[in-house]
Amino acid sequence: MLTNRIIPCLDIDNGRVVKGVKFANLRDAGDPVEQAKRYEQDGADELVMLDVSATIAGRETALETVRAVRRELSIPLSVGGGVRTTDHALALLRAGADKVGVNSAAVDNPGLLRELADQVGAQCVVLSIDAAARRDGNGWEVVTRAGTNRTGIDAIEWAARAETMGAGEILLTSFDQDGTRSGYDTDLLRAVREVTPLPVIASGGADSAAHMLDALCAGADAVLAASIFHDQDTTPNAIKLELRASGIEVRT
Amino acid sequence: MSDITIIDTGIANTASVTAAFERLGCGVTLTHEPSRIADAPLVVLPGVGSFGAGMRSLRVNKLDQIIIDRVNNNRPLLGICLGLQLLCDASEESPGIEGLGIINAMVTRFPYTVRTPQHGWNRVGDGYAYYSNTYRIESIPDGWAGETSKHGSPFVAYLKRANTLACQFHPELSGAWGANLLRDWIENAKEVVAC
Repeated sequence: MLTNRIIPCLDIDNGRVVKGVKFANLRDAGDPVEQAKRYEQDGADELVMLDVSATIAGRETALETVRAVRRELSIPLSVGGGVRTTDHALALLRAGADKVGVNSAAVDNPGLLRELADQVGAQCVVLSIDAAARRDGNGWEVVTRAGTNRTGIDAIEWAARAETMGAGEILLTSFDQDGTRSGYDTDLLRAVREVTPLPVIASGGADSAAHMLDALCAGADAVLAASIFHDQDTTPNAIKLELRASGIEVRT
Repeated sequence: MSDITIIDTGIANTASVTAAFERLGCGVTLTHEPSRIADAPLVVLPGVGSFGAGMRSLRVNKLDQIIIDRVNNNRPLLGICLGLQLLCDASEESPGIEGLGIINAMVTRFPYTVRTPQHGWNRVGDGYAYYSNTYRIESIPDGWAGETSKHGSPFVAYLKRANTLACQFHPELSGAWGANLLRDWIENAKEVVAC
């Protein structure tokens, strides 16, 4: 039976791991290769790396980081952040990413996912959705550019289009919950689960196995977390023991 | 140290496969030259993307008959994911396109009642393997050994016959369990090459 995945996330800026709250106030959190290896040893099922560097030089460095991590890592590596063109995505895949996540560029050019899927297959393409609660409290809208741009696009409708756009997976981040460690947005997860057959990775807000259990029960296929693993509060294996005790299928 | 030749037709995650063999201390060559693939001791057919694109790429590079000959002559071949499916007769994914016909089976889609693509770890025997697939073979064909995993209903995890190993999962992404499987394939294949 297919198990539920526990996925640590590394935010990478100029070859270093960083961590912020609500996509801001970045602080240095270590060497990506060392952390990737530690996560694999600690039971991670997959690793997500998000390139948060804002410069061309930073993006070149990110390619190097992907190569270095790939050499050491024997679990899947999904890479996203600032992917704007098919060529950039292909370069990341050639460097050793197994999947590439597209966020802002998919909003600007929805044809990008299809173009990519036609070349490498939809299973390598992740639609990364950053969703924020609408200010009038009525559902969620897609935000881009680290949350600075509110697009007005309905996040649930956007998720519903993911499969036909060419994605093979959705990485769903709650902008409101990200970095808060107060739990995933399970209402958002439930709403997305209803409209797409694709695997959904829940992201934003995890602080405990209990939060992850909530997300998996709300329909997520995988749960992503950054802070709790960075700060070594817990490990994927420790989380899995708790989830298994609650009857959730995990790889141990 | 063994030399591994990976068939590079531009449609696969060759970086991950290369890295996995390099971690085992192997030398790795990426090529689509028919003569080198015909002569190499250990050949890997990786693959992601669609069945039709994969077959087209093998035919354009004149590799289809070479792979068939390798298997017929019991020369070591490892097929991964789409690399397994291309060895079959045909696939629902690309109707009307013939596969290599080495494995007498039809590749079919997972039903819509289970999550697709199947992204993640699924049990194979005493371990877990990482899958990333929407299509699969439903049962082990006559003449092949192998094991199944379960996603809704059982499907083929891997098939083995003489020096051919074909995996629906990605051993290169399946942690220590996958690395052991690759090491075993190399060790077992080497014995026969030496004969």
